[in-house]
Amino acid sequence: MNFNIDFLAWRKIAIVFSSIFLVISIGSIAIKELNWGLDFTGGTLVELSYPEEANISEIRSSLSQGGFEGAQVANFGSSREVLIKLPGTVSDSLGSEIVSLLSKENTDLNIDLRRIEYVGPQIGSELRDDGGTSMLIALAFMMLYIAFRFQSMFAGAAVIALVHDVVIVVGIFSLIQIEFDLTVLAAILAVIGYSLNDTIVVSDRIRENLRSSELENTEEIINKSLNQTLGRTLITSLTTLLVLFSLYLLGGELIKNFALALIFGVVIGTYSSIYIAANALIMMGMTKDHLKVEEPENSDNNLLP
Amino acid sequence: MKRYGTWKYFLILIVLGFGIIYSLPNLYAPDPAVQVSYTSSSQTADRLLAERIEAALIDNNLDVSIELQDDYVLIRTDSYQNQLKLKDILANALINDVVIALNLAPTTPKWLADIGAAPMKLGLDLRGGVHFLMQVDTGTALKNRQDGTLQDLRIRFREERIRYTQALVQEDNSIFLKFNNSDFKQQAEEFIKDNYSQFNFPLPSEAENSLVLSLSDLEIEQIESDAIDQNLTTLRNRVNELGVSEPIVQRQGKKRIVVQLPGIQDTAEAKNILGKTATLEFHLEAQMDTPRSRKTSYPYRNGRGAPAFLQDSVILGGDQVATAQASFDENGLPQVNITLDGEGGSKMHRATRGNIGKRLGVLFVEQKSRTIYERDSSGKQVPVQETYEVKEIISLATIRAALGTTFRITGLDSPSESSELALLLRAGALAAPMTFVEERTVGPSLGADNIQAGIFSMQLGLLLVLGFILFYYRVFGIAASLALSFNIVLLVAIMSVLSATLTLPGIAGIVLTVGMAVDANVLIFSRIREELSRGREPLEAIDAGYNRAFLTIWDANVTTLIVAVILLSYGTGPVKGFAITLSIGIVTSMFTAIMGTRAFANLIYGSKKNLERISI
Repeated sequence: MNFNIDFLAWRKIAIVFSSIFLVISIGSIAIKELNWGLDFTGGTLVELSYPEEANISEIRSSLSQGGFEGAQVANFGSSREVLIKLPGTVSDSLGSEIVSLLSKENTDLNIDLRRIEYVGPQIGSELRDDGGTSMLIALAFMMLYIAFRFQSMFAGAAVIALVHDVVIVVGIFSLIQIEFDLTVLAAILAVIGYSLNDTIVVSDRIRENLRSSELENTEEIINKSLNQTLGRTLITSLTTLLVLFSLYLLGGELIKNFALALIFGVVIGTYSSIYIAANALIMMGMTKDHLKVEEPENSDNNLLP
Repeated sequence: MKRYGTWKYFLILIVLGFGIIYSLPNLYAPDPAVQVSYTSSSQTADRLLAERIEAALIDNNLDVSIELQDDYVLIRTDSYQNQLKLKDILANALINDVVIALNLAPTTPKWLADIGAAPMKLGLDLRGGVHFLMQVDTGTALKNRQDGTLQDLRIRFREERIRYTQALVQEDNSIFLKFNNSDFKQQAEEFIKDNYSQFNFPLPSEAENSLVLSLSDLEIEQIESDAIDQNLTTLRNRVNELGVSEPIVQRQGKKRIVVQLPGIQDTAEAKNILGKTATLEFHLEAQMDTPRSRKTSYPYRNGRGAPAFLQDSVILGGDQVATAQASFDENGLPQVNITLDGEGGSKMHRATRGNIGKRLGVLFVEQKSRTIYERDSSGKQVPVQETYEVKEIISLATIRAALGTTFRITGLDSPSESSELALLLRAGALAAPMTFVEERTVGPSLGADNIQAGIFSMQLGLLLVLGFILFYYRVFGIAASLALSFNIVLLVAIMSVLSATLTLPGIAGIVLTVGMAVDANVLIFSRIREELSRGREPLEAIDAGYNRAFLTIWDANVTTLIVAVILLSYGTGPVKGFAITLSIGIVTSMFTAIMGTRAFANLIYGSKKNLERISI
């Protein structure tokens, strides 16, 4: 694939576009907050499988008669699967009490217990803190590695792109109120890894061209580099999206949100490595001179395959 | 084109061989099985046990095979229904000196097992089971220690003729002592300094002629850590009594313990046994002349009699019980036969010898937890878990003769109560009560569905990716496809060798690796195409493509690996499972995508001197 697209002509539009998205995302996270999953809120969750279509309103009424106030009952995946949630509960035995209540009322039905989860209140907040910490540590390590391997401007550009991606993915989860649980958190961290992968490939080419190209204008060099790597960027995003869609469709309910977070992340990460990281480099005033003092690239020849 | 060293082909062949052999055991489906072992850990499974099992199964037409393993007898069946049937038959036929557990026995062929190959472990989300996270209330352990020290001090003060007016353990677990005058106080201070090292010195004083003994930080840490260690040991014993194969009992962080019980369905029973802090204490009945400060009134368990006074000093506790068996007395009422250890036996003998005709009380001591609501600093109601102790008399019987190491306890409600008490006495007491802070139970049907879903999504993902790269890169697509398949084999082999646990998020990690591993090849192949379009000779282009793409691939993968390792060290549960396969996948994919495809390209094109064009 040979491309000759004038990416940077769209620069300003991209900045406006990204800014709007960022504002909406941050606004939504601030106002609507996230639909925290049980891992983070603490509480009790029971998943049951009925042999035939489950009557949600009947389950709801027998639960409230049984003394389980505030229970959320919904279908999960299919009309036979039922998910019952009691957020913020502190008793670790509610799950089994719910199961025995419902199976007592329907002795003729063979209700299959799929899972019970109980997360204590202190665990929930701990998991949230740990998640936030690990994300910050991941970002810090990334910056250090890129500053060490490339140059501090590349590190700055990459981190701007990463923060952009993470905020927008989390923003989407807040906006459409998809449940945010531990697996989604893992997916967001994987998005950091993926988006960085993309940014590094593009940065690597920009660096190479800045050193060797006869072109003097940084913008032209960056544009050329983006065109050279576009084929690879698109193919890799495509293969990754292929497996993510198969996970989304076939991986089961527990993996669905995980796959969804990654799908958003891959799309946004691809966009950001083209527009955000490269844009940031230009804005920071990257020129050929910044790379002159560095050693030639083939000093690492002993690593070659 | 540079010569491609023969040793590289060798390396690839060796790694390929390793991958195939060590991933092979995963293709053999495990047998549903039942394992039987003796209750007492000193007795290892022997021929005799195997013969008893054989005899018990002779009338049933179950297709089984019986194997004698190191410390248990393994009985394999052909289906899950038969597995349950088998368990019931054995539970009825064998008397209660054995533990019967469901198991999934690997069917790895002998030659593979001999070289140490074994299948991956499946996580609870794939095989079903229960995961508990328990928080140890170490405050209780501190209080117990101070209670013991106080009892000791009272005796020593009497011996030393130090007169005190008040001695008690305060709310903050410090001991408060008040003396008749400053001389006694001084004497006591000297005495404590010489004989006890666990307190903060110098001893502060809250009121006149008083001393406060608070534990030093070092001592507190020691007591807490001992309490958790003892709880771990006790939990392991209890889990063994439950009959679970491959259980995990581990410390997590400072005050928590993780317990994972694969295959357990009845979580209520498991929780009941694990969290129970019940133990026994033996006290003499208080006499009329016993001072009020040395006796306490306790209610009868289940209100079978009027509350009675027992002396505060404990003859001995449940920790000196060597073995305990549930059985029935002559009237068919449940009882527990107890054998004490040597020290316990002589203590019991000494205490009962001089008190024939008096009554011996058996106290049932249980720590329970409840939720209370407190107002926090902002005035919001917050739930707080609180533990409290319940002590009830289960029997109060006249001592007819001096007791020795063996005796029995009656007065229990039901056979289930006697067998539970026997189990708890055998397994030992918990040093501190625990609360369940997290519980995750996965039913077997969900586990099976999760495996199905994982495998289907992996198959579809692989198929789509392979189809795409074959179509897009042709001959080099074949190389990349081989590398991708090799990558999965290698990943599975490494997981198996490390005996890492495969979970559903772990499968997602593998699937994601499949998508991302292509990246290295895409980078290399686009470089080769670029070099070709610049007019280079095909072989030179291949060479340049691999060389130039390498550093890019390296940087891109190392950064992803950093993320994966951070996930691995900070994450728990699902996050960890994902991080493990992602990290291993990144490393293996670098090897297969770079070295593997290079070797393939060299095999096909390397020998042709005047190559005109390549298919890429």
